[in-house]
Amino acid sequence: MASLSLRNIVKRYGIGPKANQVIHGVNAEIQDGEFVVIVGPSGCGKSTLLRMVAGLEEISGGELRIGDRVVNNLEPAQRDIAMVFQNYALYPHMTNFDNMAYGLKIAKVPKEEIRARVDKAAKILELGHLLERKPRELSGGQRQRVAMGRAIVRQPQVFLFDEPLSNLDAKLRAQTRLEIQKLHRELGITSLFVTHDQVEAMTLAERMIVMNAGNMEQFGTPEEVYSRPATTFVASFIGSPPMNLLKHAPGGRPGSILGIRPEHLDVGDTGWPLQVETVELLGAERLVHARLGDEMLIIRTHEDQGAPAIGSTIHAQPREDRVHWFNAETGQRQ
Amino acid sequence: MVERSPYLTLLSHLILVLGVLIVGFPLYLAFVASTHTAQDIVQAPMPLLPGSNFWQTYRDTLFGGGSGPGSSAPVARMMWVSLVTALVITFGKIAISLLSAFAIVYFRFPFKGICFWLIFITLMLPVEVRIGPTYQVVSDLGMLNTYAGLTIPLIASATATFLFRQFFLTVPDELVEAARVDGAGPMRFFKDILVPLSRTSIAALFVIQFIYGWNQYLWPLLVTTSEEMYPVVIGIKRMIAGGDAGNEWNIVMATALLAMLPPALVVIFMQRWFVKGLVDTEK
Repeated sequence: MASLSLRNIVKRYGIGPKANQVIHGVNAEIQDGEFVVIVGPSGCGKSTLLRMVAGLEEISGGELRIGDRVVNNLEPAQRDIAMVFQNYALYPHMTNFDNMAYGLKIAKVPKEEIRARVDKAAKILELGHLLERKPRELSGGQRQRVAMGRAIVRQPQVFLFDEPLSNLDAKLRAQTRLEIQKLHRELGITSLFVTHDQVEAMTLAERMIVMNAGNMEQFGTPEEVYSRPATTFVASFIGSPPMNLLKHAPGGRPGSILGIRPEHLDVGDTGWPLQVETVELLGAERLVHARLGDEMLIIRTHEDQGAPAIGSTIHAQPREDRVHWFNAETGQRQ
Repeated sequence: MVERSPYLTLLSHLILVLGVLIVGFPLYLAFVASTHTAQDIVQAPMPLLPGSNFWQTYRDTLFGGGSGPGSSAPVARMMWVSLVTALVITFGKIAISLLSAFAIVYFRFPFKGICFWLIFITLMLPVEVRIGPTYQVVSDLGMLNTYAGLTIPLIASATATFLFRQFFLTVPDELVEAARVDGAGPMRFFKDILVPLSRTSIAALFVIQFIYGWNQYLWPLLVTTSEEMYPVVIGIKRMIAGGDAGNEWNIVMATALLAMLPPALVVIFMQRWFVKGLVDTEK
């Protein structure tokens, strides 16, 4: 186990003035045993960042440390990491046992120890009866567990997960999410988990890195990211439906953007006058899309509050302590 | 078939039977001829039922002892030469093609593009086209009448290289990365993952290249002058003396049948793998 330290990590493709920079200096100190999720929209560089940590992509600038070692120029196998891939990347011609044992075999671990480690991992993941089968005979969820088993048996310093849940169906995804959490509690290995799904990020992360267009927008606990988003991007990316960002809200400050989450607007007799445009019922709650002057906003209400008529005017009061202010130019929190 | 009517079924079977007869009759005739004595065959009309000279003919064929005007070298030796040649060509081609495809797909090296195109161009230069210079080289190196001379010039294969290249391109990158994370170096990856994954393609190539090697005619005709080194295909040619000489047709026919046997066996036993190799998508 080890801490993981990213110092001003940069990725450029190509050289010279025509180089295309895709990651613009990421700084993060990840504690020993911490579970960190990197989240962002597709193309934001989150997978590239993970692959640089793994050693599958070259690091163009900055310093990457695992424990006390600078690992910038080490091969993946020498970095003492294990990775779980999106498509599992199991070797199709090997049995599940051999898939899990392959890395150890190359590292010349004695046979009895390989057996013992694989059996232990299989027990944790409930794969015991599947070890002699080939990956193609397994379901998606089982393959996923074999891929995790392959990572576990190596007893690495750091686990890297590259969207490992995106090929599972919704139910299995929720279940596997819980399993990963349990696994992390048991093994306590520093983990870096990439996803584009904010629910996964919020539920799994001890701390999360929100990325956008190659920049790290915020690095903090899920609570911090949700309640004190550092930028307008984070505010609109985390939370569903996203935070309302209003430039011309009543009582707004010039040069600032007012942010208010849909659940922090109370419908009542006073407050902003809103024109109702659409209403969506999502079971326990209702989303009211309404117009405030020239801007649209969303209010989340309980289903038992009743639906306002479309076209009618309602009043909504933002909760004072839940209002966020952002700089209109830079998008930074004020 | 779209429609299932008994007449159509009958018709299609008639056509199939006709096809089998057309292909099979010459084979049958060769077999019949190989069971008679040389004198019986040249009688008109030629007998159409098997005779009683089967053992005698095949013994003479395999171990020599014919007395015709052409070559009467033992065919057993020729079969051996053919077998060694075909196997060396097959395994040589597969080994070299696997390695060159591996290099082309997985490595970045200077002049990679040029190497790729050079291999590509050799597709347009089969042995027949470059036979003069190739012969010169082989004879200068003193490889006439050797296994090396029979096989080495035929081993390089652009076709097989391309087949493997196409296959390697379909192997997911994640597999390569997983192997790197597992600590497998390039050759380890090649041996443990790429070759086992290619086994159906290898089987398909084995069939194609074995038959290619076994049926070589022009090249062995040039580089073998001693009876010791005749492959069986050349053997047949040498048995038939020109002009009006009374060839021992029974032995010629027996040799032809024997020459057909190994490729047929390879096809029959490898058929399942062969088809799998051409259509398989399991990765």
